[in-house]
Amino acid sequence: MNIELQINGGKYELEVEVGRSLAEVLREDLGLTGTKIACFEGHCGACTGQVDGVPTLSCITLAHTVEASEITTIEGLREHPLVGAFVRTDALQCGFCTPGQIVSAAALVESNPHPSDEQIRHAMAGNLCRCGTYPKIEEAIRTWQD
Amino acid sequence: MARLIRTEKEVEGRFEDVWLVVEEDPLDQWPDGALDVVGRPAPRQDGAQRATGRALYTADIQLPGMLHAAVLRSPHARARVKKLDASRAQEAPGVRAVLEPGAVPELVSDPNYQGQPVAAVAADTFAQARAALAQIDVEFEELEALIDPEEAVRRKSLLTEPRTHDRGDVARGFAEADAIVEATYRTQTVLHNSMETHQSICDWDGDQLVVYISTQFIWGIRDEVSQKLGLPQDKVRVVCEYMGGGFGAKNGAGDYTFIAAGLAKRTGRPVKCALTRREENIDSGNRNATIQKLRAGARADGTLTALEGEFIAALGWNGWLASTAGPMQMLYACDNVHTLEYGTKLNTPPMKAFRAPGFTEGTFGMECLLDELAAKLEIDPLEMRRRNYAHSTDERPYSSKNLMGCYQRAEKHWARRDEVRARSDETWKRGVGLASQVWYGGGGPPSYAWIRLGSDGRATVVTAMQDIGTGSKTAMQQIAAEELGLPLGSVEISAGDSARGPYASISAGSSTIPSMGPAVRAAAADAARQVIEIAAQRYDKEERTLSLKGGNVVSADGGSWPLEEVVGLLEDAQLLGKGARGPNPTGMQVLTFGAQVAEVAVDIETGEVRVERVAAIHDVGRVINPLGASSQGEGGIIQGIGHTLSEERLLDPETGRILTQTLDAYKLPTIADVPEIVFELLDVPDRHLTNLGSKGPGEPPDLPVAAASAYAIRESTGADVRSLPITREEMLRALEEAGTRSQRERDKVTA
Repeated sequence: MNIELQINGGKYELEVEVGRSLAEVLREDLGLTGTKIACFEGHCGACTGQVDGVPTLSCITLAHTVEASEITTIEGLREHPLVGAFVRTDALQCGFCTPGQIVSAAALVESNPHPSDEQIRHAMAGNLCRCGTYPKIEEAIRTWQD
Repeated sequence: MARLIRTEKEVEGRFEDVWLVVEEDPLDQWPDGALDVVGRPAPRQDGAQRATGRALYTADIQLPGMLHAAVLRSPHARARVKKLDASRAQEAPGVRAVLEPGAVPELVSDPNYQGQPVAAVAADTFAQARAALAQIDVEFEELEALIDPEEAVRRKSLLTEPRTHDRGDVARGFAEADAIVEATYRTQTVLHNSMETHQSICDWDGDQLVVYISTQFIWGIRDEVSQKLGLPQDKVRVVCEYMGGGFGAKNGAGDYTFIAAGLAKRTGRPVKCALTRREENIDSGNRNATIQKLRAGARADGTLTALEGEFIAALGWNGWLASTAGPMQMLYACDNVHTLEYGTKLNTPPMKAFRAPGFTEGTFGMECLLDELAAKLEIDPLEMRRRNYAHSTDERPYSSKNLMGCYQRAEKHWARRDEVRARSDETWKRGVGLASQVWYGGGGPPSYAWIRLGSDGRATVVTAMQDIGTGSKTAMQQIAAEELGLPLGSVEISAGDSARGPYASISAGSSTIPSMGPAVRAAAADAARQVIEIAAQRYDKEERTLSLKGGNVVSADGGSWPLEEVVGLLEDAQLLGKGARGPNPTGMQVLTFGAQVAEVAVDIETGEVRVERVAAIHDVGRVINPLGASSQGEGGIIQGIGHTLSEERLLDPETGRILTQTLDAYKLPTIADVPEIVFELLDVPDRHLTNLGSKGPGEPPDLPVAAASAYAIRESTGADVRSLPITREEMLRALEEAGTRSQRERDKVTA
């Protein structure tokens, strides 16, 4: 089917088979490979994008269901101060989960610029990091405006 | 100058005697004290690429015309293919090729573990390839599977001869003991679960095969692929620019690479074979489970007189026997030691190395055993460790050992015991535990690097090294910058491609920094020497009066010329410095050490266990990047907490099938599980080891976590936890056992 997606402020007209996930369309059709697929079943958070500002697991979101929404991926957050904060605090190791972490964190600080540690942990618990960069992710979010 | 030596080569505790061409390492180590770039915290130089999603991992690479593979895997732990008809799959939408059993050696008709590849499909999209798998008409005859490691020992189903280690006379040692403890410890199967699953893309370019792969060892893949496919080595190019985690499971090429190569050959198009998360949790390797039957004896003053252990490792259908007995042999001074290790062959997926393989499991058993012995003798656990301090074993001196310094720094954390215990209440009991660590991590030759110095005064480190997320590229940039007297920002690195630079070592066994770092420093020194030669002629100075500092060539008499001015004489040409990793010190043991103090809370009603604080002090020689090292340290501790509390691959005991294939069933630590972590490195250069004095910080931090936590639990509740993970069930069982035991003791007193 033909769909129109609004991604990072741009409009994209696409021919997409029903049943394809937003993550697949972003990665395969649009080359937006900053959105990662690590489990493809909504368990790890690597595919996190924002749909109307809400962190959303794009691997279990069907592309045609978000036509009316504003989609933000890591490619739309490249200038966000969180990117610098993650790099400065070394809040990444292999980096495969990092775009998803930053997309989740960006939604958090948008609604709550000074989150407590508890709020950070609550908001970020759905983003797994096997390298275990969690302490530094907390630090990055705590100090994102520095 | 090149020299041929016969030497012991170690990777992850595996030794082999090899002939090696090595080059001398004539550079003196840097002086003690603060340096300009090395030893100072540096954010990883490719951090922004990774964080913004610009970095292309193997998973992100999309080649023109690329097909996607899907693999039909055995659903049974042991089976025989009775019938396989792929004709319908062949005709399915988008399908370009089907490989049946035997088409490549990795596809078999007699699978010996669940998940072993049987057939494979390549199609235009991954969804089409997956759909076509369902069109393969296959019938399996399920056969009896062997999945119990103790039964495997009885049936002598072993992958390798039983391994024994004997020192002194344990019978005499136990006879001399005033106290003896004996216990069985069990550790579970743990899954690596790198965020990027195992995968590769194979692309035939004429008679050359290009392999894009998520790997820990670019050069090893080149060797393995060329050998298995009968290709000259220079006809295999291996690329791994960005890599999404390995932890030991990505040292080899894996079935998926050869399946992709076979399908690419058949179709004439590039083929990607990527494991799904479920496949990752079945057939990408694991930390094998162990059963450790241990016994220790000591005199009343705590001096160990005998250590004895029988270790069974559940290796699976393939793999190697990592040393679970290593900590018992190496951690303490004891004259009488006997260990026996079995590596059992089972109808379960093959193990692979996982962050300090063998030693992580063995440290849990050995350190718990020592604590139980200390408790029996009423000796403080830290004091017990000091009294049995190993100054050297096997009459081979340590190249450096500062474990006593780690204990000293651990004291203030250990001293929090009373305060922590006092924070217990009716349900939550709190305690503190301590454990030590010994492991390899000294790296070794061969490893090579080049430095390209341009006329703009900027340098590039060139080597076919991979950065698996440890920050190794940044560490190499720091080393080169230090030696060239340049700021970090003036040094680039070109790595991740076998076609690009010289041989680089494996990123396993904490070896990247200690193996590659000295080669990079040697290459930088070679480039610096050439700059000085040019400057000496240009400015009419003696070479020995010149050095590189702060981006300038400076002379002892006060002259100073910008580096660009000197190398600018090259016009558009470049200088090439070459460097090699020298040998390890002959006859010495090169090891890493450390100690950790864990504070744990136990809910005695529900059995919930929380690690609340971990203080870790490790000795890995000179620290190149304290920021990157602290990240690895925290990550290792967090993995250790997963290993201790929540992670376990579960098998159906009837069928041998894996029950934990998804990330909701297999419980990785999340940000909410992270305790307060204090991570310290002694940062004392190893004076005998290379021109850097550095060892690897990657693996040591995960070693002591489980044992330190188990002791904290014992101290807070009196319960003996001897089996990992310490789930609520295990905790409640141990609490009940402790309750029964103390009731019996009370009854005895009353009687």
